[in-house]
Amino acid sequence: MKKTYLYWLLLPGLLFLAVFMVIPIVLTIGSTFVQNSSFTLEGYLHFFKDPYFLKILLTTLEVSVVTTLVCVLLGFPTAYYISQKAPRRKGILLALAIFPLLTSPVVRSFSWMVILGRKGLLNNVLIGLGLVDEPLNILYTPTAMIIGLVHLFLPLMIISLIGVLENIDGDLVHAAQSLGASRFSAFRKIVFPLSVPGLIIGSILVFVGSLTAYTTPALLGGKQRVIATFLYQNAMTLNDWFLASVIATIMIVITFIVVGLLNKAAHKLNPKG
Amino acid sequence: MREKHYGLGFFSLLVFIFLLGPLLIISVTSFEPGTVLKFPPQGFSLRWYENIFEVDLFMSTFKTSIVVSLLGNISALLIGMPAAYALSRFSFRGKDALNALFLSPLLIPGIVLGFTLLRYLIIVYHLPVYAGLLIGHTVIMLPFIIRVIASSLSNFDFAIEEAALSLGAGRLETFFKVVLPNIRSGIIAAILIAFLESFNNVDISVFMTGPGFSTLPIQMLTYVENYFDPTIAAISVMLMILTGILMFLIERLMGLSYFTKR
Repeated sequence: MKKTYLYWLLLPGLLFLAVFMVIPIVLTIGSTFVQNSSFTLEGYLHFFKDPYFLKILLTTLEVSVVTTLVCVLLGFPTAYYISQKAPRRKGILLALAIFPLLTSPVVRSFSWMVILGRKGLLNNVLIGLGLVDEPLNILYTPTAMIIGLVHLFLPLMIISLIGVLENIDGDLVHAAQSLGASRFSAFRKIVFPLSVPGLIIGSILVFVGSLTAYTTPALLGGKQRVIATFLYQNAMTLNDWFLASVIATIMIVITFIVVGLLNKAAHKLNPKG
Repeated sequence: MREKHYGLGFFSLLVFIFLLGPLLIISVTSFEPGTVLKFPPQGFSLRWYENIFEVDLFMSTFKTSIVVSLLGNISALLIGMPAAYALSRFSFRGKDALNALFLSPLLIPGIVLGFTLLRYLIIVYHLPVYAGLLIGHTVIMLPFIIRVIASSLSNFDFAIEEAALSLGAGRLETFFKVVLPNIRSGIIAAILIAFLESFNNVDISVFMTGPGFSTLPIQMLTYVENYFDPTIAAISVMLMILTGILMFLIERLMGLSYFTKR
């Protein structure tokens, strides 16, 4: 009795995701191995032999790695600072960190176009201060993409870290310090190891997000292609659906590898988590 | 007792300036009277706010965005609520796998999902573009609906439900009269979070729209490619006000600490 009841509750969701997510994705992946109704790896050989495609993949990976590192460097101290605050102040700071996260990525990327453009705010300030003579070309470079992506994903890193930092018992740190540990070594031996799970989750979210982001590279990257804009271009502008499907499959595979590896690392570091 | 962290405080201040500064700058530039975005603005004018209402494409795509997000939300709720209930209420074999499946739309790159939906729903199954857009938005809202509702159900004491059942109430009656009122604020928060996710979506929508039929974010992208006047800055301010209002409601309904839980 209970069993059938359970199935009826789950059935609509399962059917919906099967028809509108699983099947289209499986068919897309499958289609990359078939050409003229016979099995082929041609799509992948073609992709990995072409220096232009490889450069796009490499740029994407580089941009994602740098974005993740910058988010860790900026996010960790900020999250630690927020987690140390009394509840009221903490709530306000948390709200300020979450607000950009809930704001449209189009709005956020556009704001960086205003700042980084040739006649943008940054160049005006630099020229005004006499630091540069000619406006710098920052917009439409990988640097602009990294700045935009850090802006996009830093809040995710901060809130992932606050989640774990809040659960660290402050008494542990105080005990260590009263036993003679310096503030730094208390941090290094107690706070940091306990925050690793949050760091890993935050890094997964930032890295995978950067790897698959479309809006920010489309607005800030100019002619610089990353793998997501390249997929869009092949699907919609060039109508090369075979190549688009190959790119889609590569994106899924990389995403699952990254998530798998980092999850494994998380389990190793924290078997209970 | 609390220690002061001056260096840390200053560093965090810079990070917050980095996060919020661009949004403030774009807000200020929306009042520029001239035709080119400038910071600081050369005067004060609301003409670009008026322009939003005069450019028909912004109004029509705004309506499309609202309708798609609302209809998608209702579908995601109808599909997701029973699933969230089943996953929180019962333990059974394969529950972890099902949980992972229901959250997997978060893991699949949005741009990949958009492309595969275009290819199969529109081209192979010949669904109208509007239906494709609606289905795509429902898929991406589903994990948010399920996660938020499951998290409110985890605070619900199912013994109360058992009591109602043993006193002779039917399953459905018990759900609507006992369970639902207790998780009402969680459900509304789920709707709001999913709405923001859908309303701001680009990755799926960019494949399911075209000339004459678009959502607001896609229309904004197209506009930015051709013009660089302060209209987008003015729309950005309106969208930030919307975000602020919804965020305030989410905070009231379930607290912002929801966002720090993974």
